[in-house]
Amino acid sequence: MIITKPRDWARIKRNLDEIGAKSVFIMGCGQCATVADTGGEKEVLQAKAALEQTGRTVTGWAVGEVACHLGGTKLEARKHVGDLDAADAVLVLACGAGVQTMADSTDKPVFPGLESVFLGNVIRHGVFEERCQMCGDCVLDATAGICPVTTCPKGLLNGPCGGMWEGMCEVLNDRECTHVRIQRRLAAQGRGTSASLPPKDFSAKLKPGSVNLRGERASKRAVRAATPKAAVPKATAPDAAAPEGADDE
Amino acid sequence: MSRLREALERGEFVVTGEVAPPLGTDLGAMLRSVETIGPVCTAINVTDNQGATLHLSSLAASLAVLDAGYEPIFQQTCRDRNRLALQSDLLAAWTLGLENVLVVTGDDPRGGDHPQAKGVFDLDSTQLIEIAEGMNQGHDMLGRDLAGSPGFYIGAAAFPEAEPWDIQLLRAQRKAAAGARFFQTQAIFDIDRFARAAADLRPSGVRLIAGILLLRSPRVIDFINERLAGLLVPDGIAGRIRSASDPAEEAVQLAIEQAVALKEIADGVHIMPLGLDEALVRIVDEAGLRR
Repeated sequence: MIITKPRDWARIKRNLDEIGAKSVFIMGCGQCATVADTGGEKEVLQAKAALEQTGRTVTGWAVGEVACHLGGTKLEARKHVGDLDAADAVLVLACGAGVQTMADSTDKPVFPGLESVFLGNVIRHGVFEERCQMCGDCVLDATAGICPVTTCPKGLLNGPCGGMWEGMCEVLNDRECTHVRIQRRLAAQGRGTSASLPPKDFSAKLKPGSVNLRGERASKRAVRAATPKAAVPKATAPDAAAPEGADDE
Repeated sequence: MSRLREALERGEFVVTGEVAPPLGTDLGAMLRSVETIGPVCTAINVTDNQGATLHLSSLAASLAVLDAGYEPIFQQTCRDRNRLALQSDLLAAWTLGLENVLVVTGDDPRGGDHPQAKGVFDLDSTQLIEIAEGMNQGHDMLGRDLAGSPGFYIGAAAFPEAEPWDIQLLRAQRKAAAGARFFQTQAIFDIDRFARAAADLRPSGVRLIAGILLLRSPRVIDFINERLAGLLVPDGIAGRIRSASDPAEEAVQLAIEQAVALKEIADGVHIMPLGLDEALVRIVDEAGLRR
């Protein structure tokens, strides 16, 4: 899931001040930001109270099912069209994808209420760790299911670096060195450890990423955008969760 | 032809020293260091934004060392440049007459003076060694022929005291397989651990230059133990310096003892004098290493 953190409140207030927004509509997210305790109903109501304390009116609020889903968010916006019309600005408690989806779903100025920080593993409730950077060129086959690109602070493929000490990481010295963990697990599984890994293909992660599973139904422009000249696109993140009718708007 | 390579391949015991380029354009202080340590060194390492702190580039400073009549070891870290810049600088280094290159990963920017910097690490040191070796064979990392190719003597860093050793050893063996011909080690405090590393790495056909760090004051020991990654001064040695009436002199004596002991098992010593350049000369003389 996408991990978000609260955004500096003074910055949010400054954003609203800069356009003289007296009234605000708040949009949360029923998916990741709810699980991360940053953009669910509880946090939306806290933001409402905080905005009201600054003398602003909250014209309404909603926690859509998935803020980054264009069809669903447009539907949510239509449901609250009166409250949105009455607002000078929209504050979105979701990741950057959710903020942009909302900005595409209303004519009102939309502001981020959170900081998007990483794709997180849920270790247990309320504990999230970054284990994958979605690099598009997975090395987990060679690294015993432990990603050095993400969990080694330097992202080295062939570690450990010279800072490793007693098996611990140099940069985050309360953590075990990723490369020590990789070698230990490879050895425990009786797998070869002698070859070094070649340089990574960073072109697999050229932005902006785009995947279209709809083949001929896609416009020529979308196909062009999804096919960089120098790289064969890899469908690494098909949006399998996209409900039907995503483009019916 | 690299004097360092010649000496090591002849089986001569070498001494390497180290200078840091300035933060600024005045090379005067660095060149004074070079004039002090140069006469007793086979080659001098020129650091590359060491500790992830800003300095004039190793490329230009290495050239200045060469122009002063001494042999530099051009250092390249993977932290600050991507694969285009690293290859480009390697080609440049050879055209400038720099024949020795030490390839290291580099400290993380979070510990340096620009903690907001993006650490590049497009390549790691093993990969860059392999690329430098490929250039020696006449091609770039894509396998394309070079119009004129270098003949670098390629070095790498090794960490004999960092446990678990089996994993550090694997890394060093990979570097050797990639093309490293000599290793310069982190500071050695435990001669037995260096001997273990030497025994394990000799079959790879590499030369081992053992690091000696001048523990010039209790403050330096505190800095190493608290701030420097991958290094710890053992209690016995720390206590000896701390309780000495003249810690700087005690540190020189310790370094001399270390150099004498390492002479038996290493192919050379790399002395890091931490600013006490005259001490480096004394260590070399009193350990009987001057040629």
